Amino acid sequence: MTILDVTNPVEPFLRTDRMPHIWCPGCGIGTTVNCFARALIESKIDLQSLALVSGIGCTGRVAGYVKLDSFHTTHGRAIPFATGLKLANPKLNVIVYSGDGDLSAIGGNHLIHAARRNIDLKVICVNNLIYAMTGGQTAPTTPGHAITSTSPYGTCEPAFNLPHLVEAAGAVYVARWTTFHVKQLARSIGEAFQKKGFSFIEVISPCPTLYQRRNKLGDGLDTMKYYKEKSKVKHGAPTSEVGLTMTGEIIVGKFVDRDRPDYQSLLHAQMVESLGESYVEPSETVCSCS
Amino acid sequence: MKADPRGVLTGTHFLDGDHACCEGALAAGARFAAGYPITPSTEVVERFASRVPKVGGTFIQMEDELAASITLQGAVWGGAKAFTVTSGPGFSLMMEHIGYAAMTETPCVFVDVQRGGPSTGLPTLPAQADMMQARWGSHGDYEIIALCPNSPQECFDLTIQAFNFSEEFRVPVMFMMDEVVGHMTEKVIIPPADQIEVVPRRHTRKAVEDYLPYGTNGDGVPEMAHAGEGYKFHVTGLTHDEHGYPNMTPATQDKLVRRLQNKIHDAIDRITLLEEECFDSEDVVVVSYGITSRVAQRAIEMARERGLKVGKLRLITCWPFPEKRIRELAATTKAFVVPELNLGQMVREVERAANGKARTFAVPHAGGSVHRPEDILKVIVEASR
Amino acid sequence: MQLQLTELRIAGFGGQGVILSAIVLGKAASIYQGAYATMTQNFGPEARGGACSAQLLISGDPILYPYVTQPDIMVVMSQEAYTRFVPELKEGGILIVEQDLVRVTDLPRQTKVYSCPATRLAEELGKRMVLNSVMVGFFTAVTRLLEKEAVRKAVADSVPSSFCELNLKAFETGYEYGVQSLQESPHAQQFEHVSYAEE
Repeated sequence: MTILDVTNPVEPFLRTDRMPHIWCPGCGIGTTVNCFARALIESKIDLQSLALVSGIGCTGRVAGYVKLDSFHTTHGRAIPFATGLKLANPKLNVIVYSGDGDLSAIGGNHLIHAARRNIDLKVICVNNLIYAMTGGQTAPTTPGHAITSTSPYGTCEPAFNLPHLVEAAGAVYVARWTTFHVKQLARSIGEAFQKKGFSFIEVISPCPTLYQRRNKLGDGLDTMKYYKEKSKVKHGAPTSEVGLTMTGEIIVGKFVDRDRPDYQSLLHAQMVESLGESYVEPSETVCSCS
Repeated sequence: MKADPRGVLTGTHFLDGDHACCEGALAAGARFAAGYPITPSTEVVERFASRVPKVGGTFIQMEDELAASITLQGAVWGGAKAFTVTSGPGFSLMMEHIGYAAMTETPCVFVDVQRGGPSTGLPTLPAQADMMQARWGSHGDYEIIALCPNSPQECFDLTIQAFNFSEEFRVPVMFMMDEVVGHMTEKVIIPPADQIEVVPRRHTRKAVEDYLPYGTNGDGVPEMAHAGEGYKFHVTGLTHDEHGYPNMTPATQDKLVRRLQNKIHDAIDRITLLEEECFDSEDVVVVSYGITSRVAQRAIEMARERGLKVGKLRLITCWPFPEKRIRELAATTKAFVVPELNLGQMVREVERAANGKARTFAVPHAGGSVHRPEDILKVIVEASR
Repeated sequence: MQLQLTELRIAGFGGQGVILSAIVLGKAASIYQGAYATMTQNFGPEARGGACSAQLLISGDPILYPYVTQPDIMVVMSQEAYTRFVPELKEGGILIVEQDLVRVTDLPRQTKVYSCPATRLAEELGKRMVLNSVMVGFFTAVTRLLEKEAVRKAVADSVPSSFCELNLKAFETGYEYGVQSLQESPHAQQFEHVSYAEE
């Protein structure tokens, strides 16, 4: 008799005691978590060095399912929490994993300032184009004309083009994929781990329950077909040209990969320049435990 | 545990309350602060920004108070002792994160140098009108500790106490200064490090497999682990069980919220710090805190010179409210007189605790200055009739 | 001698070292003379437009009420400060003025006025910046409120170490000028240009 090994290879990265998860059938967030776990396996990164910080929303729940030091913070504030965590313990690899509404609306100010400072954070932004946890309201990312519960006659506001926003603010690594591009997404996450500085990966992901259904865009499978047919890989595409529409082309790829000194390098250089020998490295004294 | 000498500026100084507060934080072991400039509290972080790179720590000026008040909590989970400092509108913006710190049991200190409000109010002038906000400002049921210094020396001493309470009980501590105390300069004695008692973090010594992030050992306060140590714990602002996992049932909610409350209530005698001059069946006891306690002291002396029997109760710990002592005094005194730089906040607590056994007189002041001692005296005279 | 509660206001314009003067005197009293001192400075609109003022309370007993109610002593280093603050001065109080910057008018007759060309003396020492130390020295001599040695230590302790020597020299210069003023006019200096207010 052959006993099949049915253990999913990503299981060691998940809190299996927390399953089943809360995400709807056809939701793309689970797919992104799978890609994230695969990226961890492939990058052979020390799991103990990882900390994952989420905000509030459907993607905010990722923190509860990964077997890492994980923080489910307040709405919009994952990035500043992660900033404190990273500054207090620079050895940590800090990932911010949250949704488009959390990161770019209520947390938008923190997003641009963290990119400006070039804090060494890896931000994974699952963009389902809507506020899903609260029932499908308009987000800053909702494309024009889309129907939401708070824009029942169609969204009239222009949407944020997130890669363009974070590039302008100073991110060193910017990529976008859809949940159809699982291999590419995992590779991008792996690349972001190699970068020192503010890295931002946008993942376009379906919300069949609220966004797709209300806009008559089909189910999860239909959305995968849409992603497959309408996505165009354009590495290095000018981010000003990658804005999204409701049914149009989705430009994906790695848009930005550049080097700028990160916040802690700048801080260190500035202090050494100004204080010389009287500067005491923070890492030497931080943990004041018993 | 004794203070780390690197952070302690031992000696006799002439400092204002804001600067003394910063020195207290450094002596207590704070090595991280996140802030956003706002009058009249900015001097605290200005000094910290100048001092901490030479002590081994970090200051970051964030984009707003929402950020500052959560960045410091990230730093705490990264292993640092951390605080933030604000005033007026900034304190209002921090409310959500006071609740987050209470819920996640993140030890930290929020310094509020109170100025006149509401809204932008009087940026450069004093008030004590954030007292109820400090207690009730975040949504839901929770407990905090609030301390009120009345001199630069106390800004130093009690900041250390604030950090110690925060670590001991894993609770956010509100350090409720006011503009006068923050900006007044007096002698401040900073003792040698080996004379400063510092409460270390309740860091777990348990093996990874035995560690329950929100399990307690009977005293209601769980042990903490830091990110990066291999515990792979989860922290959430959602109602959570002992594993730290979300568990949104009435039973878990009841257990958690009651524990958050009881860990403070059960230790109230230890947390309550009072300065008292009550001898024997005073006619009137003046209850005050912060800068007003000094003005009240003058009024008390004036009243005693007139032969009135007046006692003094100064609240150093304002929250949890020391209602037991008020209850006891209510049995032997005719009246309480409560001057404060607001239109009646802590006086409600005094009245509630007195429960009709003694009369309660407010001496309200809308802020912008301090009381005239004569105004307090007038009410003392009226109350002792 | 036990210090009585003494209320002081020091006022002038930005850059004259008004706050530093108050710090020096406060330190002298509380740190080097074992008494108590409370200093507050004016913030807000009052502190704008270059005007600068500090309040200092000195006492042998702990100080309760933190503000000056009616100054016993006032040090005034600009005409604007003179106009604004001198009406607060206590009857029979001491007024110390920067001789070249303040024209003394409309004073109650009991006021004791002492005047010192602190800026000019500081310039003669080579640095206008040390005028506050000259003024502090002068204050120490004419008021005899604080011990000279205590104030001297406070000066040394409050200025950048590279300017310590110069400031101490400035302090001595001011002190000497004060001693001479007292010898010439033990109770108070009289000025020809003072026009006294109606009593």
